[in-house]
Amino acid sequence: MTLREMKPGQQGKVTSIGSAGTMKRRIMDMGVTPGVEIKVIKVAPLGDPIEVNVRGYELSLRKDEAAQIQVQQ
Amino acid sequence: MSIIIALAGNPNCGKTTLFNEITGARQHVGNWPGVTVERKDGVYKKDKNVTILDLPGTYSLSPYSAEEIIARDCIVKERPDAVINIVDGTSIERNLYLTLQVIETRIPTVVAMNMMDEVESRGDKIDCGKLAKILGVPVVPIVARSGKGLDELMKAAVSVANAKQKPNRLEVFDKNLTDAIHGVADILGDAEDEENQWKAIKLVENDEIIGKTVPADKKAAVDALVQAANKNAGGDAEAQIADYRYQYISKLVKECVRKSLKGSRETTSDKLDKILTNRILALPIFAVIMYILFACTFSENFLFIPGLPSPGQWLAGVVETVWGIFQEAVVGLAEGIGASEWAVGLVSSCLDGIGAVAGFLPLVLVLFLLMSFLEDSGYMARVAFVMDRIFRHFGLSGRSFIPMLMGFGCSVPALMASRTLESDKDRKITMMITPFMSCGAKLPIYLMFATTLFVDSNQTLVVFSIYMLGIVVAIIGALLLNKFAFAAETSNFIMELPQYRIPTLRSVLIHAWEKVKGFAIKAGTVIFASTVLIWFLSSFNLSGMCDMEESFLASFGNAIKWIFAPLGWADWRASVGVVTGWIAKENIVATFGQLFGGVSDEAVEAIMAGEEALPAISEVFTKVSAYSYMAFNLLCMPCFAAVGAIKREMGSWKWTLRAIAFQMCTAYVVALIINLVGNLIF
Repeated sequence: MTLREMKPGQQGKVTSIGSAGTMKRRIMDMGVTPGVEIKVIKVAPLGDPIEVNVRGYELSLRKDEAAQIQVQQ
Repeated sequence: MSIIIALAGNPNCGKTTLFNEITGARQHVGNWPGVTVERKDGVYKKDKNVTILDLPGTYSLSPYSAEEIIARDCIVKERPDAVINIVDGTSIERNLYLTLQVIETRIPTVVAMNMMDEVESRGDKIDCGKLAKILGVPVVPIVARSGKGLDELMKAAVSVANAKQKPNRLEVFDKNLTDAIHGVADILGDAEDEENQWKAIKLVENDEIIGKTVPADKKAAVDALVQAANKNAGGDAEAQIADYRYQYISKLVKECVRKSLKGSRETTSDKLDKILTNRILALPIFAVIMYILFACTFSENFLFIPGLPSPGQWLAGVVETVWGIFQEAVVGLAEGIGASEWAVGLVSSCLDGIGAVAGFLPLVLVLFLLMSFLEDSGYMARVAFVMDRIFRHFGLSGRSFIPMLMGFGCSVPALMASRTLESDKDRKITMMITPFMSCGAKLPIYLMFATTLFVDSNQTLVVFSIYMLGIVVAIIGALLLNKFAFAAETSNFIMELPQYRIPTLRSVLIHAWEKVKGFAIKAGTVIFASTVLIWFLSSFNLSGMCDMEESFLASFGNAIKWIFAPLGWADWRASVGVVTGWIAKENIVATFGQLFGGVSDEAVEAIMAGEEALPAISEVFTKVSAYSYMAFNLLCMPCFAAVGAIKREMGSWKWTLRAIAFQMCTAYVVALIINLVGNLIF
């Protein structure tokens, strides 16, 4: 499944990050690399973006960006 | 011997606090050339020979944002004597990612392990000695907020700088990548040269900027190696490099950091965040905070008490009154000693120019005291989180909300608030459209027209529709700028939501002071010079001093009035109004008062408040052309004070002029449409 489909409170391991390019690099620079544990904390009041916990800090990203991240629960 | 030490670190890692602590108030703030990124340097307060350069906060040295390019250019090209890399001990893994890249440049480096007090209170332990041994650079535990460990840090930094102690190469990558990097460095020249090694890493990472620096004769050989490395890395060496760096860090952290079991417990910051970005409460809380921000700075009826000015307005009033008394005294003195009329006029206009700058300082001060509090506390990141959904449709960041909201009070502090936006592109676009928000000084113009020409219509609706027009034009403007002027730059929202922290008073004060000083000096010169220039043009002609009706400005108004014919107001007085409006928009009313039949100062006050009409303007304006004129003055170049603020924030005349050109064209097109469509309908 993708990170986008995960509900707040759910946790998983990143398996891959789609589409090469600037966004992939940015996501990886921020510590979302294959194998890392990631947990969805909450969804913004207007429904997008989402907040996740990764490598001990809080990261926010848009749902479109989260859709690129494959996660295994 | 003088040495230069650069500070590098992630955003929110306490870099600014550290910079303030080691330099004190001796700072110089400017812009990096061509971008809206702040450049700060200062002198170490305990040793004048040590210059500290504050690099922009970055997560990485990849070339994807203005900040990252500046930070790495500064490290790689200017080669400071040492780099202090500040690491937030509470999110050590992500912070060490930058550390590895700083060490890759092989510049003498010291790691400052910050927030050690928070690390301890969480019950975690970081073994700095072990970390230093593995990384091959000194690691000094510090608490930047309280100043703990800073002497040791600076001693370590000065010592590695003097000893030119280059960090060793770390074994981060696998054989495929290491061989490729070594091979590329070999083609570039001496493979042991640290600059070649760094470039080689970047080339294997598919870095376009470094790719362009490869000499043509070596390009084919380099490309072949890079392609082979990419193939072996599953098609994406760039991603694999990032992955290996994090794998290396994970091992490092396992060895040097002991997390307590308490770590999974909720911190105060987590609890606070649950309330502040709660699904139901977030928007009301956000609205209240924004109201407080706006009301404290601009409100005339603070806390809903009629007639009670907000701290910002009150201070502005005090400055204005004191300056007015001083100005009167000086002018009186000049007249008393028998100075000629033009000399008195010159003195008076110079004082006006300074007064125009001084009057804005309280607003800038109050807004930035509050803004730095929001920024340092971590709430600003949540503003973006909450508002992103709306603003992304216009190609902007959620943080653009604050400058645009403040624009309804006054463009000057609003433009300066654009600094909190994350990307250079967002900052530039926001600055270009913020003046479209109708500021307080434009209201008297609308009131004058509403009470004179729209007597039989719904006056409130006329004024309200002008405000809405500004918002709509701003949105369309943002969309067009995004599509055409900044098309190459993509926006994303991959952003850290930092821990909430109580800001230190010192850092809030220093930040607000910097803003006030920056505006007074950098914007002040622009405002002062233009105010005096317009005074000269409006009170002289070739034969000397004269009334405005016969001045250069009047001739100028006559010469250019044809330009405005398609907008419906080809009248020299209307053109002159546009120009005097640049000193301050409400000046248009006073100018009209004078040019349309010389009404008294009291009458001008009454017209500004919408209590009296100025019937003479109906000779020139119809309802449609009046609306077109209001729209033009809303959208065209803002007052000189705002232009000064744009110049100060853009840091370049080129971008300032582009912004003005964009605003003038927008104003013309919108007013033209209003006039054409309006005449068809009415």
